[in-house]
Amino acid sequence: MTLEILGITVLWTFLFGYIIIGSIDYGAGFFNAYSIITRKDHILSNVIQRYLSPVWEVTNVFFVFFFVGIVGFFPDTAYYFGTIFLIPGSIALILLAIRGSYYAFETYGSKGHKGYAFMYGLSGLLIPASLSIVLTISEGGFVFIEDGNPVLDYWALFTSPLSWSIVILSIVAVLYISAVFLTWYANKTGDVKATNLMRRYALIWALPLIITASGIVYELKFHNPEHYERIIDLWWMFGLSFILWIAAVWFIWKRKKYGTAVWLMFGQFALAFYGFGISHYPYLLYPYLTIYEGFTNQAMAISLVIVFILGFALLIPSLYLLFKLFLFDKNYLKGRQKKE
Amino acid sequence: MLFEDPVIASRFLTLLTLSFHIIYATIGVGVPLMIMIAQWIGIRKNDEHYILMARRWARGFVVTVAVGVVTGTVIGLQLSLLWPNFMELAGQIIALPLFMEVFAFFFEAIFLGIYLYTWDRFEDQRKHFFLLIPVALGAGMSAFFITVVNSFMNAPQGFDIINGQLVNANPIAAMLNPAMPTKVSHVLATAYMTVAFMLAAIAAYHLIKGSNHVYHKKALHLTMKVGLIFAIAAAIIGDFSGKFLAEYQPEKLAAAEWHFETEEGAPLLMYGVLDENNEVKGAIKIPFALSILAFSAPTAEVIGLNEFPVEETPPLIVHYYFDLMITIGVFMIVLSLVYWIGIKRGWAFVKATWYRWLIVLGGPLSFLAIEAGWWLAEVGRQPWILRGIMTVEEAATSSDYVGFMSILFILLYIILGIGTVVVLRRMFKNNPVEKELKASQGGDNA
Repeated sequence: MTLEILGITVLWTFLFGYIIIGSIDYGAGFFNAYSIITRKDHILSNVIQRYLSPVWEVTNVFFVFFFVGIVGFFPDTAYYFGTIFLIPGSIALILLAIRGSYYAFETYGSKGHKGYAFMYGLSGLLIPASLSIVLTISEGGFVFIEDGNPVLDYWALFTSPLSWSIVILSIVAVLYISAVFLTWYANKTGDVKATNLMRRYALIWALPLIITASGIVYELKFHNPEHYERIIDLWWMFGLSFILWIAAVWFIWKRKKYGTAVWLMFGQFALAFYGFGISHYPYLLYPYLTIYEGFTNQAMAISLVIVFILGFALLIPSLYLLFKLFLFDKNYLKGRQKKE
Repeated sequence: MLFEDPVIASRFLTLLTLSFHIIYATIGVGVPLMIMIAQWIGIRKNDEHYILMARRWARGFVVTVAVGVVTGTVIGLQLSLLWPNFMELAGQIIALPLFMEVFAFFFEAIFLGIYLYTWDRFEDQRKHFFLLIPVALGAGMSAFFITVVNSFMNAPQGFDIINGQLVNANPIAAMLNPAMPTKVSHVLATAYMTVAFMLAAIAAYHLIKGSNHVYHKKALHLTMKVGLIFAIAAAIIGDFSGKFLAEYQPEKLAAAEWHFETEEGAPLLMYGVLDENNEVKGAIKIPFALSILAFSAPTAEVIGLNEFPVEETPPLIVHYYFDLMITIGVFMIVLSLVYWIGIKRGWAFVKATWYRWLIVLGGPLSFLAIEAGWWLAEVGRQPWILRGIMTVEEAATSSDYVGFMSILFILLYIILGIGTVVVLRRMFKNNPVEKELKASQGGDNA
């Protein structure tokens, strides 16, 4: 494996991590706000707050890790994506800032403010939408070079069915991932009502997910035929992903093995996400930038990999401790505080 | 101007974001250490007041951490959005400390989450103390690494540029640049000092407002003592920073001191104003002091600003930042030293209301000194983003919308700033120490 492949694999994995835990977080915020509006908050709020509180900051780090890491491994992306991503990036940042700080303000300051909860829920859907634009841009066709600098064609971007499909997919995926996870989590806490509500949401969003995902592959056929061909070459990954989706929905439908359903869901998204990533190879920004042109120097690449391994030796046990204390602790899950 | 020139707009927005972020970042670096110290003393002395102190500080800390995290995320991504050419080059050579900073932050975030949500979980207070070590360590390490990045910008090394191409990259050498030791230690010392004085200001304020509780007195003694130690450390390191500047960035030192002619036995100027002919008016001249600051020798030669091409000299406004920073630093050392001696010797006036008001004033003043210090360091290396290698004009984005984005970010920072104050006030006003102590008298953690 070359260092370029290793670098992009690491980053892609972190992006995947952010997408999964970010989705749980964003979706949870949305369901929380929605439950307040529909007066079902007494059912959901407890479960959601108990999950979100200890992990919101960690979620944010996955995002930071990705954009610092990509500049490190592929410094040219800072130039290309930095220049063209100013507006969507700034909007996403402002939403992230409002969301993160309001969460703390609300949780530790004034509990139960409806306006906060609403903002929190709404921003959670808009952030994935504004960030997913980067996936659209990387498909090519929206960026042209003027006076030697890349410029984003906003008109082409906003009128493209592809960009809107990706936005919709990101929102639907957030809701689906979050609902499946929270079904399992609510079930763990022994909260039957919350489990049933989340289960319903999971089933509602399952079908739109598959429809939008397939729609994107179809649109790529016209937008970027080269990418489409590579996706077809990897048909087995997407097929397997589809089978996992059926299995997950089946378990949720039958009200059993929610834990297995969560793992199947992770597998489904992992296959689709890596399949998408591999089929995009070797481009970072089609057709201007490949992972080979944009790669950093040898010395930096090696030191980043070393730091990465050392960092993980530190992080894995810490994350394990976090999960052990909160996600898998029986007393914490059920809302009891027991002295140890 | 802001809407026409991406360079000016990018500089403005970066200044705004960083000036806002460093308030929270300073708190983020300093408070975990103070919580740790309070928890440690509480365990050693078996004094529930200190344990409560640790908790109350931690509770307020969460709110500032949230804003610190989000504004930190903002500046992290803004670097690429506003300075794409700089980040392209920096990614080649300085990505290592940036990457390490994220790991330190990650580490801190995990243990902070654990610490905050296990408050009532362990009977043994020592377990809570052990959870605080990685938090304080992570906070310090992330300040360390990010300051390494900044010191590289002031004293770039660890690579060669041949025909416009970066070659012979050495990430470790880039990290161990000459600016690193003084920058990092000064940042850490002043952060600890500022946070100690901020917490001292809160305690003094409660004492003025009539709460004569021993809790606040303990808090004041502890924070003033810690503040004094770090203020002295900051001053000593500040002196080393002057020597670093004299050798590696003489134009910054010369601009900060309005030192135009190269001369031996150079005097140090305090205060004063500059008229339109660049004549210094009303300054206090301390003979030989600049030579001593720069080279530890009263007769040493200090390079003047006239030796540099006009387009490479920093703005002369940095002198005021320098004055402000030094004055506040010295004031805080005197204030805390007199307090400390006064307590030992039983001088009554250190407990007087007017003296306590000075301590209250010391909190915001310390933050002002932090801001002034950063403005001095950053404006003082204009026009360079990488001193001697890349100017800010070459580094800025070519995108036209930075001005509009700046307006959105101004609004954001206003909302976040007001939000922090409102939430913190409500948190502590509704729950004074007396009430909390009474509640814990039920005996769950003596």
